[in-house]
Amino acid sequence: MRRSSSKKTGQSNSTSASITFSATDLFRSASSKASSKEMERIDNLFYSYANRSSGMIDPEGIETLCSDMEVDHTDVRILMLAWKMRAEKQGYFTLEEWRRGLKSPRADTVNKLKKVLLDLEKEVKRPSNFVDFYTYAFRYCLTEEKQKSIDIESICQLLDLVLGPHFRAQVDYFVEYLKIQSDYKVINMDQWMGFYRFCNQISFPDFSNYDPELAWPLILDNFVEWMRAKTT
Amino acid sequence: MQLIVSFYYLGGKGSLRVYFRLRNQSSMWFRYVLADKKDVVGLQEQVFVRKVIELHDKYLAYVNDCFQNHTLFHKALKEAFEVFCNKGVAGSSSAELLATFCDNILKKGGSEKLSDEAIEETLEKVVKLLAYISDKDLFAEFYRKKLARRLLFDKSANDDHERSILTKLKQQCGGQFTSKMEGMVTDLTLARENQTSFEEYLSNNPNANPGIDLTVTVLTTGFWPSYKSFDLNLPAEMVKCVEVFREFYQIKTKHRKLTWIYSLGTCNLIGKFEQKTMELIVTTYQASALLLFNSSDRLSYSEIMTQLNLTDDDVVRLLHSLSCAKYKILNKEPNTKIISPTDHFEFNSKFTDKMRRIKIPLPPVDEKKKVIEDVDKDRRYAIDASIVRIMKSRKVLGHQQLVMECVEQLGRMFKPDFKAIKKRIEDLITRDYLERDKENPNLFRYLA
Repeated sequence: MRRSSSKKTGQSNSTSASITFSATDLFRSASSKASSKEMERIDNLFYSYANRSSGMIDPEGIETLCSDMEVDHTDVRILMLAWKMRAEKQGYFTLEEWRRGLKSPRADTVNKLKKVLLDLEKEVKRPSNFVDFYTYAFRYCLTEEKQKSIDIESICQLLDLVLGPHFRAQVDYFVEYLKIQSDYKVINMDQWMGFYRFCNQISFPDFSNYDPELAWPLILDNFVEWMRAKTT
Repeated sequence: MQLIVSFYYLGGKGSLRVYFRLRNQSSMWFRYVLADKKDVVGLQEQVFVRKVIELHDKYLAYVNDCFQNHTLFHKALKEAFEVFCNKGVAGSSSAELLATFCDNILKKGGSEKLSDEAIEETLEKVVKLLAYISDKDLFAEFYRKKLARRLLFDKSANDDHERSILTKLKQQCGGQFTSKMEGMVTDLTLARENQTSFEEYLSNNPNANPGIDLTVTVLTTGFWPSYKSFDLNLPAEMVKCVEVFREFYQIKTKHRKLTWIYSLGTCNLIGKFEQKTMELIVTTYQASALLLFNSSDRLSYSEIMTQLNLTDDDVVRLLHSLSCAKYKILNKEPNTKIISPTDHFEFNSKFTDKMRRIKIPLPPVDEKKKVIEDVDKDRRYAIDASIVRIMKSRKVLGHQQLVMECVEQLGRMFKPDFKAIKKRIEDLITRDYLERDKENPNLFRYLA
């Protein structure tokens, strides 16, 4: 099946070749009948993974979905998918979330879903989206009600997953530090966001423009101190 | 000629050398040794504080007489004393040393034997020295702990001196500094009145009488240092005492809860020894242990611990005081000088002393660690409160400004650590009192 170069091919018959899409496409409906058919297929895809009794895709369903997509369920792209869906509960997708996430890329088959993942990576990388995704990643891991912080172990994994590809050195050193320090057993949202700002603003590995008298989270002051001590 | 006066302190392990440098235009240095270790006779704390007072008197006299009370020299003196007064000596902070010094002057049998006038003068000078110490809250806590012991164990030598120093401290550091201590002194006065009512109650209700003379001192929780109350298993006779008092107190005041601190009680026991009957003045813990031997001839360490329901630390201390110290009321098997969990104890019926009445001291636990813990905890609350107060009134404030105002607000009692302030800010953010501005991470906003 050849890829069509034209983007606005919403008019084509649903039985013909697959529709090319990019995640930024606006969904243009040719005929409401066609779009509702698509919606129906998106829904059906959902139900093929959903738990009968709860009406949601649960962790088991997600695992099946992942293996169908040939992606590991710990892959960052699943997190990106959850972000796209604005999924609230880690490990679960509701129908509404599913529709939200898959509507614009119009993914109504597993193959299309695979392609969605590819494009998602690009979408997330965009600066305007990345902060949102980074924030979302933290919140997504708050599994208990009223939970505001995440344990060090999980934070290390999350940092590696989410920020590692962009700031490999900083993340590696910071993760090393987090594991040996004992001042903090959990990390909160403020510290999480602080580290992102740190990676973006502070010169590495000399930290020449780092000023601990500013309002950097204390854990970063301690991290810089530790790094400086290591290099002397 | 320009005279640059600076003082500095060189504290090595247990050393008491204080030097000062006088630098004239030709930069010659003179050294004056305050006190050398070999000069130290008697309690190190006393000597150190005494010497500091002498040094201060001496240089204050120079500033007043030779340098015409010039502000520059006052400033130099102040800065110099602030530097070395905030360094510790041999592991103890100057706050603690000053508090111990006061305790030794104010308690019965203290190491200082001075006239009333001399005491007053010394107390005056000590309070002046306090101005140089930045950890005033630490001093207050040590002072309060020692005051509590003096008041509760009737070790205060002179009521007037106690009150006088509180007045001086109040003048120097403000009413908030001394309010708790004053409350403690008042509590004792009230306790005496309360005791009279209690005795009246007992005579009016003869069947309520526990059969033992009982004196209870009710302490207002906020004023006194915090004491851990352990669930000591009281001997049956004492249990009745506690119940009787509780009933009496319920009649008097319905809205208060009594928590019994047995670690602070004293008991007068009659010991029927072979040679003669003697009166033993012991703590409640010691008494509870001794009374166990009324129903058992021989007890093991673990039996004693189980029956009393105390911790190892407490059991070791009290058994040591009864079997390995000056007065051996109990015989220990094996007869070593250290208490071990495998020891066995027996009542020493052959014990005697030339006195009819003896006091068997139980050395107190080292309070230092707890005092520092308590002060650190109070500081965290104080910093929290200060930050919230500032943010509530300013609504939006930059980080550096906030830290500065916080340090200023708290300066009267202690010098807050920058890192400690940052930690409290972060904690307040987590608790939704504050938030960081979205655009400017150095700015904080108060969340109503």
